[in-house]
Amino acid sequence: MGNKKKIILKLSGAVLGMYLFSFLLVPLYDVFCDITGINGKVTQTKNAESSITVEGREISIQFISHNNEGMPWEFKPSERVSKIKTGAMYETSFYAKNTTNKMMTAVAVNSVAPSNAKDFIKKIECFCFQGGIDLMPGEEILLPIKMVVDNELPKNIKNIVLSYTIFDSNLEHNITTDHDSDHVGS
Amino acid sequence: MSAVVENHHDDHHHGPAKGLKRWLYTTNHKDIGTLYLWFSFAMFLIGGVMALVIRAELFQPGMQIVEPEFYNQMLTLHGLIMVFGAVMPAFVGLANWLVPMMIGAPDMALPRMNNLSFWILPFAFFVLLSSLFMDGGAPNFGWTFYAPLSTTYAPPSTTFFIFSVHIMGASSIMGSINVIVTIMNMRAPGITLMKMPLFVWAWLITAYLLIAVMPVLAGAVTMMLMDIHFGTSFFNAAGGGDPVLFQHIFWFFGHPEVYIMILPAFGIVSHIVETFSRKQLFGYSSMVWAMLSIAILSFVVWAHHMFTVGMPLAAELFFMWATMLIAVPTGVKVFNWVATMFKGSITFEVPMLFACAFIVLFTLGGFSGLMVAIVPADFQYHDTYFVVAHFHYVLVPGSVFSIMAAVYFWIPKWTGNMYDERLGRLHFWLSFIGVNVTFFPQHFIGLAGMPRRYPDYALQFADWNMVSSVGAFLFGFSQILFLFIVLKTVMGGKKATSEVWEGARGLEWTVESPAPYHTFTVPPKIN
Ligand code: HEM
Ligand SMILES: [Cu+2]
Repeated sequence: MGNKKKIILKLSGAVLGMYLFSFLLVPLYDVFCDITGINGKVTQTKNAESSITVEGREISIQFISHNNEGMPWEFKPSERVSKIKTGAMYETSFYAKNTTNKMMTAVAVNSVAPSNAKDFIKKIECFCFQGGIDLMPGEEILLPIKMVVDNELPKNIKNIVLSYTIFDSNLEHNITTDHDSDHVGS
Repeated sequence: MSAVVENHHDDHHHGPAKGLKRWLYTTNHKDIGTLYLWFSFAMFLIGGVMALVIRAELFQPGMQIVEPEFYNQMLTLHGLIMVFGAVMPAFVGLANWLVPMMIGAPDMALPRMNNLSFWILPFAFFVLLSSLFMDGGAPNFGWTFYAPLSTTYAPPSTTFFIFSVHIMGASSIMGSINVIVTIMNMRAPGITLMKMPLFVWAWLITAYLLIAVMPVLAGAVTMMLMDIHFGTSFFNAAGGGDPVLFQHIFWFFGHPEVYIMILPAFGIVSHIVETFSRKQLFGYSSMVWAMLSIAILSFVVWAHHMFTVGMPLAAELFFMWATMLIAVPTGVKVFNWVATMFKGSITFEVPMLFACAFIVLFTLGGFSGLMVAIVPADFQYHDTYFVVAHFHYVLVPGSVFSIMAAVYFWIPKWTGNMYDERLGRLHFWLSFIGVNVTFFPQHFIGLAGMPRRYPDYALQFADWNMVSSVGAFLFGFSQILFLFIVLKTVMGGKKATSEVWEGARGLEWTVESPAPYHTFTVPPKIN
């Protein structure tokens, strides 16, 4: 019956392996998205300044803001659309105001469309890089963005949309507040 | 481990013990097969009642019978119960009854684990169903439990749902290990891999699929559990996670899962078609290769469920072509069944009626599958009733019909009695008409744009929804007839011969009917 034990062991190993694999999918997914840029998240670029060269063609850039469900802040771009030149530094900002009467921390997540523009947007400064944005009750702030769109941007892209969503970083597990305390995140 | 690999059991040389204890402590593959089959039938009826609640609400536009919250709970539980409670356990029950007899083995390789893997199932479903009575109600996020619906916005009972999914997964995994070890280790001398009956092949492949993907499902619900209770952010964008990741993990499990629910059906239909055509199955080895390639391909097509999440074009194209590639081995199987029937002397007893309906209607479901696999078209079809029609065609006249066909085909062997042919035919025709009246119109309302998973709909969809509901009640109530036929056969009826069906091939037809409590304690001789 040694054979039988061997098969059982192998199969149990496969079960364990696949269980671990399911968790491995999490970092793999991030790595995959990073390499291919398909989830459209722009991360901080190390040598972003090197993209600042001669001015290239004109493109239009559009900013969108979203409040995730349960996020009461006022949050909007200072300019919704503007014409910019590739290869040139561009600065803009988002306006945020804590409309509640308690101190809150927000997290911003960004996304780019079309997603293949992602690799050509070099951000030098962005509030979305910070861990969280703390605002006192009623406090308002201008959140800066400094970026440059690389001259290598594919010719067919004439319009880029940058979208930012803010989340209440404490609320994440707390939305169905009428339920029991099980759902309050730690 | 040692308790698990223990092979001999106490009642080896006696008949079954008496009373309830027989069923609680049994390690006999036939008893456990029977338990699985009855359990599956009970779940089929419970899930069916939920389906009728859904169809009753959809009989007319507007809210009539249930609250939207309760509707969502019915929808969720219906899907979960039918997939994990009805279809999968039925196939495991059939595997228990048939695999040892088909390969000339005295029992399953791991009888005690077999007992355990059955008895934790009723417990899992008790936990799941009890969530209906909990604060906040039962899970309401659909059988696909997408995050964050199933995490941030979920009812408190979700924790119990996760627990029950873990138990179901453990049961399936133990069942699969058992099947694989039995097939690998206990075949009678002379039964080489390429001489195994197709049902055994189908189950071998299915068991490997289960081993590969049930742990991934367990991983997905574990991550949900951690997001809900331990403040992790696997699927929470605010904390750096990604809800789309949930869909990838879920469908990495989910697509192979749909083949888990159809491969054993392929095996069953092959046996029935060759028996009632009185010919040898056409293209045995191509059938095996087709199943193997379907199983392997099923791991690289999962994102066809997510064409609309915003994947890059290259990925959409890859998943589209990979999905369409699966239609090739599937087509091979359908052609082989038809070729088997060609010029055979066919008779249409009830199992054959169900098998023929399977071939036609499953193929129809495959065609609508091809339609939803076309990316640009799926942007319109996705999350409409067209998808509902697609998967019900492959699952009801597909998997469920194959299970009914199997019951009619092998019940004379199990009970020693022939079923009532006239009632069986009536059951077939009622089910056949019921299924088509229910699901065919859903193609139309889906193409016309009716979204799935809502308790109400726009007026232009009213007529076909009414037709669909009428069909659902017809199909549902016909299953009471099925229950009656099965009970009647268990109680008595015309005595079956050992062979049961004229010229039936396979070792199970060489033992007397009903099959003795212990079969093949001495391995049979194979020529
Ligand atoms: C030729 C074979 C098949 C093809 C090409 C195919 C393709 C697809 C595609 C593309 C979808 C996603 C549609 C959408 O959500 O927009 C889908 C959904 C589905 N298919 Fe199939 N399929 C096939 C066979 C099967 C089989 C054999 C089964 C099960 C026995 C099955 C069960 C399902 C289920 C359950 C869903 C819906 C899941 C959900 O969203 O709830 N399919 N199929
Ligand atoms: Cu699929």
